[in-house]
Amino acid sequence: MSTNRRAFLIGIGVVAAGTTVGVVVAPRLLGHRKPPFDFKPNAFVRIGTDGSFTMTLGKAEMGQGIYTGMPMTLAEELDVNPQRLTIEFAPVDPAFNHPFLKMQFTGGSMSTISTYDQMRLMGATARTMLVSAAAARWKVPVESLATDDGTVVERNGGRRATYASLAEDAAKLPVPAKENVKLKDRGSFKYVGKPQKRLDNVVKVTGRAVFGSDVQPPEMLKAVIARAPSFGAKVKSFDATRARAVKGVVDVKQVPSGVAVIAENTWAALKGREALQVEWDESAGQNVSTASLRAEWRGLAAKPGTVGKDVGNVKNALANAARKIDVEYELPYLAHACMEPMNAAALVKDGRCTLWVGTQNQSQDLNLVAQALGIPPANVELHTQFLGGGFGRRASTHSDFTVEAAHVANGVGRPVHVVWTREDDMRGGFYRPYSISRVRAGLTADGKPLFYHQTVVGKPVLKQSPIGKPIIDKLGFDPSSFEGAANTLYGFQNLRVESHDTDEVVTNLWWRSVGNSIHGFVVNGVVDELATLAGQDGYAFRRELLATQPRALAVLDAAAKNAGWGQPLPAGRHHGIALHESFGSIVAEVAEVSVEGRNVRVHRVTCAIDCGFAINPDQVVAQVQSAVIYGLSAALAGEITIDKGRAVQGNFTDYPVLRMSEVPQIDVHIVESDGPLGGLGEPGTPPIAPAVCAAIHAATGQRIRRLPIAASLA
Amino acid sequence: MITLNVNGQSRQIDADPEMPLLWALRDLLKLTGTKYGCGVAACGACTVHVDGQPVRSCVTPVSSVANAKIATIESLGVKGDHPVQRAWIELDVVQCGYCQSGQIMSAVALVESNANPTDADIDAAMDGNICRCGTYPRIRAAIKRAAEIKRNGGAA
Repeated sequence: MSTNRRAFLIGIGVVAAGTTVGVVVAPRLLGHRKPPFDFKPNAFVRIGTDGSFTMTLGKAEMGQGIYTGMPMTLAEELDVNPQRLTIEFAPVDPAFNHPFLKMQFTGGSMSTISTYDQMRLMGATARTMLVSAAAARWKVPVESLATDDGTVVERNGGRRATYASLAEDAAKLPVPAKENVKLKDRGSFKYVGKPQKRLDNVVKVTGRAVFGSDVQPPEMLKAVIARAPSFGAKVKSFDATRARAVKGVVDVKQVPSGVAVIAENTWAALKGREALQVEWDESAGQNVSTASLRAEWRGLAAKPGTVGKDVGNVKNALANAARKIDVEYELPYLAHACMEPMNAAALVKDGRCTLWVGTQNQSQDLNLVAQALGIPPANVELHTQFLGGGFGRRASTHSDFTVEAAHVANGVGRPVHVVWTREDDMRGGFYRPYSISRVRAGLTADGKPLFYHQTVVGKPVLKQSPIGKPIIDKLGFDPSSFEGAANTLYGFQNLRVESHDTDEVVTNLWWRSVGNSIHGFVVNGVVDELATLAGQDGYAFRRELLATQPRALAVLDAAAKNAGWGQPLPAGRHHGIALHESFGSIVAEVAEVSVEGRNVRVHRVTCAIDCGFAINPDQVVAQVQSAVIYGLSAALAGEITIDKGRAVQGNFTDYPVLRMSEVPQIDVHIVESDGPLGGLGEPGTPPIAPAVCAAIHAATGQRIRRLPIAASLA
Repeated sequence: MITLNVNGQSRQIDADPEMPLLWALRDLLKLTGTKYGCGVAACGACTVHVDGQPVRSCVTPVSSVANAKIATIESLGVKGDHPVQRAWIELDVVQCGYCQSGQIMSAVALVESNANPTDADIDAAMDGNICRCGTYPRIRAAIKRAAEIKRNGGAA
């Protein structure tokens, strides 16, 4: 398995979507009725005799724009303006499985990469059949026909027939083999490669988009759970007398994640939970705190670990290095803090279960719910809804919030919607892993990069996931420990990366860009330190390390040039640069920063990205801006600290995220290349923290080796 | 029973007087465009208008607004043709979309009271609304565009 492919497999980070009850209807088609007849050449597209075009989307929409990108690609080959498509969320069905993960899933920045060829074929197959139907009707060769936005036309300017009028005839034809379907040349694309308005704009500016939080199956109850106050805590006993006395409370029951209070509405459930008395056994987490983990892990980082990559000979290089550094980097636990806290609704009745949930993990959720309830997967249906943010949290390795809803609803006989408060969500774990690395690195006598040797300590995510086992079995180690370090583009001739896998009780998970947000920071930080040691600036030194990587060099140059690297800046402002490849895309960012005392202000970020080919260039810009802001929030102040097993931070009041007045100007430059399609939801995140920290060093001389920056400057 | 005036309609609800307006809107009146994000007036996802002023419905007891005119995102219509919504669509602001009802209600209040908001005005009016997708740069541009549409009398 190639390093790149491995990187794809272990990343998770962007988004997903659902149907029927709480069905999401494209606004322009409100009132749209089922057409008298649908031509349905495959699972993805239907062409109605009433002129409707419906696409079934197997991916979840969490903001990343797949609700527009996949339809664009299909519509391109179908030859219909994408804005005419109505999108519906797919049921769980193998037709919508990820081609090599064999599961229905949205993440790893790979929705476009993994469906692009498929969507083209699905659209082109339908178009081929419609053209064949017209050729038969008019008794002319197919070569004499062309298509134009939902209409088959004679090339000689003669007859025209809408797809709707051909739908019934086309449905009688055999579906052609792949070899007999001609795809368009990229040069003739009408929609793909050009900015296209998001298809979810209108529902999302009118409040009509149905998120997991908004589903309303009849007779639905709301529930909150008294959750473990510390990691690993177990319910010893509980007294529900006062909770049951709260008006609107329907039931109180123990479930694996705590004690659920079920009520007629959310407020009653919350009041009921307040009145509930639970005694917890908190012994599992008593001795776990950020400080204790730090002390233990620092010791581990000094010892040899499991080798994930070993190129050249770092031992000799260490002995021969003219100048070297030996430094420690630390990154905190981070909550995803999706705007929409976790939630899921379930109806368990007559040996069947219906789920309504915004999830990145449709097929795994369905299977684990079936397992939890002891019913066949065929008896479970899952309706994916819009996701109010995903960032990996909604690709739970344990399907935690969906399975939990099934447990709560089991035996109730009515749909129950389990909602998490912000504090439940923020203190509920599944964080980006806490991580400590020791790095030794050095230069030759003439200041050239010589070696990089990193030992990382932390709890890797992949092994916790059902998809992880086959990968780990094959490799002999968990590659998520090394993601972004072992496969760095920087060309160290001597490079060794080792890991110590920990198993603390605090739960963790993929967080937008996964290991890349950790190691993109460590590697770029060390590279910047080496540049200083070599007496070079960060840009020139990186050019040397990327000398054999033309795509990366082009991206680095584009960011530097557009930022005005080396040109005079306004007084007090300083530049820092970083570059990282993840999910098949290369991103470089230049941060323009000023520092006054402990106040860090990021004024401007100039980004360059090579994602191969931009399907919807305006959404490429949007995703990079998004990823920068997400990463910048974390870099400046994001931190979950653990004290006696409890997460200290609980809301946006003590887990600050970027607000309007703090957001820099962010310019994004797309560097087109002939490289393969790259992902977009995540790759913009890793470079921002190291770029800002390099600028802080330029401004103050202080190296930030521990995030968040606020903790280092304190 | 408490009587609320929501989006120009009189609605009777049977609710605990302390119930936050947010849950009354969402759970009792089934107006789910208004979102829960934090419960402590720290994120703005629940922003609605009370007598024309933006308020955080998650900390507003329903009994305190019984005599007020409440407007939610649904009051702007289903088509997205309010100047603020038009600007949002024109600039492709939304990503996940969850915070956008609150963002838009804050923005509507701003452009109703300020025909030509500056960057500082936008910072002041919008700092209470968090967006984790980071749509802020486009929100800023869209507010300026919405003000422009309004100044042109609704014409683009």
